[in-house]
Amino acid sequence: MTSVKTQQSRNGDGLAAVVPATAPPQVIKRRRKPLTWDKVSFFAVFLGLPLAIYLLFVIWPFIQAFGYSLTDWSGFSPNQNFIGLENYAKIFTDDIFMKAMGNNILLVIFLPIITIILSLVLASLVTVGGSSKGQIKGLRNSSFYRVVSFFPYTIPAIAIGIMWGQIYDPSGGLLNGILTGVGLDQFKDFAWLGDKNTAMIATMFVIVWGFVGFYMVLFVAGIKGIPAELFEAARIDGAGRFRTAVSITIPLIRDNIQTAYIYMGILALDAFVYMAALNSGGGPDNSTLVMAQQLFFTAFSKGQFGLASAMGVVLAIATLIFSGLVFAVNKLTGGDKDVSL
Amino acid sequence: MSTKVSTPEMKSLHFQPRTPATSTGDKVVGAVSHTALTIWTLIVILPLLWTFMSSFKTSSEIFASPFSLPAEWKLDNYVKAWSEAGIGSAFLNSVIVVAVALVIVMVLGAMCAYVLARYTFPGSRAIYYLMLAGLTFPIFLAMVPLFFVLKNMGLLNTLPGLILVYVGFALPFTVFFLFSFFKSLPHEITEAAALDGAGEWRTFFQVMLPMAKPGLASVAIFNFLGLWNQFLIPVSINAAGPRVLSQELAAFAGQMGYAVDYGALFAAVSVTVIPVLIVYVIFQRQLQGSVSQGTSK
Repeated sequence: MTSVKTQQSRNGDGLAAVVPATAPPQVIKRRRKPLTWDKVSFFAVFLGLPLAIYLLFVIWPFIQAFGYSLTDWSGFSPNQNFIGLENYAKIFTDDIFMKAMGNNILLVIFLPIITIILSLVLASLVTVGGSSKGQIKGLRNSSFYRVVSFFPYTIPAIAIGIMWGQIYDPSGGLLNGILTGVGLDQFKDFAWLGDKNTAMIATMFVIVWGFVGFYMVLFVAGIKGIPAELFEAARIDGAGRFRTAVSITIPLIRDNIQTAYIYMGILALDAFVYMAALNSGGGPDNSTLVMAQQLFFTAFSKGQFGLASAMGVVLAIATLIFSGLVFAVNKLTGGDKDVSL
Repeated sequence: MSTKVSTPEMKSLHFQPRTPATSTGDKVVGAVSHTALTIWTLIVILPLLWTFMSSFKTSSEIFASPFSLPAEWKLDNYVKAWSEAGIGSAFLNSVIVVAVALVIVMVLGAMCAYVLARYTFPGSRAIYYLMLAGLTFPIFLAMVPLFFVLKNMGLLNTLPGLILVYVGFALPFTVFFLFSFFKSLPHEITEAAALDGAGEWRTFFQVMLPMAKPGLASVAIFNFLGLWNQFLIPVSINAAGPRVLSQELAAFAGQMGYAVDYGALFAAVSVTVIPVLIVYVIFQRQLQGSVSQGTSK
């Protein structure tokens, strides 16, 4: 869409507006110049080089994955037989993979919601927690909270996982130390990651811990982008803090929330690093096993590359369905038509 | 009605904006806000402090009590982690791989975004959407075929192979972000450069690239964090190669079940966390600015 607009403004006549972006080059002035060495070399390097790397290392593997998913290739045998959708049938009748998929669905339902609500609340406290008189302003000394909350985002996920693995440690861990310290002796030697009832919740908390700060900063930026007059107008009309947050802030930073929701959802469908660090074997009763772990294991330990590729395709389709759902829900509930990722 | 109410409000806004009377309600809200934020801050910072403190303790001290201070503040654990556990060489590998990949992806990404944003030619839209597709697909899908692409090129388990793959996967985000940035730069400037006799190359490197500096800085920060934290790509295609930091950490934690040296593990985590944290604290102003830039497209 944007390119049509630019053409219109550049040419100034109505005709150009209906010419699609990839139209013959007559309408564009700069194409009339003769092809010089400068221009040819410029295009070859500027477009050719990045595209070559991108196509070879990103697009080509993606395409191949779809092809492999229809074969029984084990990676080390020279021949691969076309077996149609057999791999997919195998996946969907495999109890362990279905269990992993269920865990991913759990993550997709809870992770984005919890992270976003928590970071929205914190962002609101920072931005509109200040005085209700005079100019709209944030809480005093709040930048300290913002800076500290962002810390986890700078830490590699694997380090976060290992660190929390130690915090959850039954005997020497920080968490049980605190809990028994305040008198909750039933948590003495309680294995948070070793009990199938708590393993998933404990794992989710780690991921939330890692991302709340980032989204809080994102939402703070969004809220600061809202003109102060709007808040003032709402206040004059008698809206309290809560009402302002629900009726003014959230609708106006809706796009940011949608972006956050999609990113968190994609992360929840992956979640490989956290799971690998906290419970590399899939946890008690496979309660924290995710599809990505199963894929990794199938490919690089069992060498069933055809089957693993099919799992990858399932994962990709799940991601697409999720993104589509978020867009659809946002649109149906009256969100912006222009979707910005 | 509303005008009547707003007049005193406006007055106070204009004439005494610095001394608003604080009501009891405000104080309560302020106190509650500070409490909630403080609690979250503690949740964030305590695990980090605890990890740092534990990195000085011996294994038996760690088991004795999670809270006790180390008897001696010695760097033994750090020495052990850095040399014996290979965190040192992995750290250097990480620095090399991320630095080289970052430079390449910034240059290539800027060039590609520039061409796509400033020139219209058959297929330019298609290329742009191809880039977008790379942003949405899960990396997982590509790992198995990528393994064999690199194997056939002889780049499997090598740092150059890792660098090229990092560049490939960081490219879509870089192009996508810089595309809108180059698009917003005025066209008159390119024309002026062309009139002054600058060729396409010179126009880009001497005129456009310096103008895009703020955008480049933001993308570079996010690319750095993304590549530094990368885990899946190295464990898939560099499993037997010279390890990078995230890989070495995972390997170190993985063998822990047998030879337990928790102190060294905490030291290894601290070594991973602290440098980036320090850089972040120094540059946090710019970074917070770029978060808002990156999302207000």
